[in-house]
Amino acid sequence: MSAHLDSLFQALADPTRRAIVERLSRGPASVSDLARPFDMSLPAVVQHLGVLEAAGVVASEKVGRVRTCRIEPAALSLAEQWIHERRTSWERRLDRLGAYLAAEPDLPEETP
Amino acid sequence: MTERNVVHATFHIERAYPVPPKRVFAAWATPEAKARWFDGPEGFECYERSMDFRAGGAERLWGKHPGGKVSDFQARYFEVIPDARIIYAYDMWQNGVKLSVSLATIEFHAAGAGTRLLMTEQGAFLDGYDDAGSREEGTRWLLEKLGAVLT
Repeated sequence: MSAHLDSLFQALADPTRRAIVERLSRGPASVSDLARPFDMSLPAVVQHLGVLEAAGVVASEKVGRVRTCRIEPAALSLAEQWIHERRTSWERRLDRLGAYLAAEPDLPEETP
Repeated sequence: MTERNVVHATFHIERAYPVPPKRVFAAWATPEAKARWFDGPEGFECYERSMDFRAGGAERLWGKHPGGKVSDFQARYFEVIPDARIIYAYDMWQNGVKLSVSLATIEFHAAGAGTRLLMTEQGAFLDGYDDAGSREEGTRWLLEKLGAVLT
């Protein structure tokens, strides 16, 4: 599971792959549909899809000559919770720290 | 059966404050000041708050969130350098389950008349999570933030 999530985050660290995932979060698409908005060859897109598939972010199936890709939601929501909660909790607190500092401009300085 | 796994992650947050490091540090240094900003969300019901701000000292913030979730932050300070740096390790519990063990490093840098605060968390996140988060929200958030979070 740890290796799985490592590969998940490595897969999503690439902006092209995030764009592919973003497209797939709106619904399944064929490989050639996915390649169209990107200025890259079909094999390059297939390679990105391979990384996403290995990481469990994307699943695909071939029907006839068309390979259709879709997002694999489980991997995403697992990882979402822990970083999201921790990071937003930190951001909220550090913002509150700023508000506190702004509201208390004349605090007496501590003597050493 | 609990599936045992651990995920390691590091993230950084940076903030600029228009007051000198001495003032920013002071907000971390006493229980009274820290309670003004280091708190649970709106409606947080505090069960226990304690703080012993020195290397080797412990801190705890334990309480119930408005949604009913009980969280417990338990920390131990490893380094306290006035106006410059704080390092502490903490574990975070939720409803009696340990979610993570982390090292937090807070750096205070003078920047003109103000302070640049750098916060780094290096965490071991444990044993999976209740997978109730919405797929759409998770996907959107990851796409927006992940590139910035990963180092």
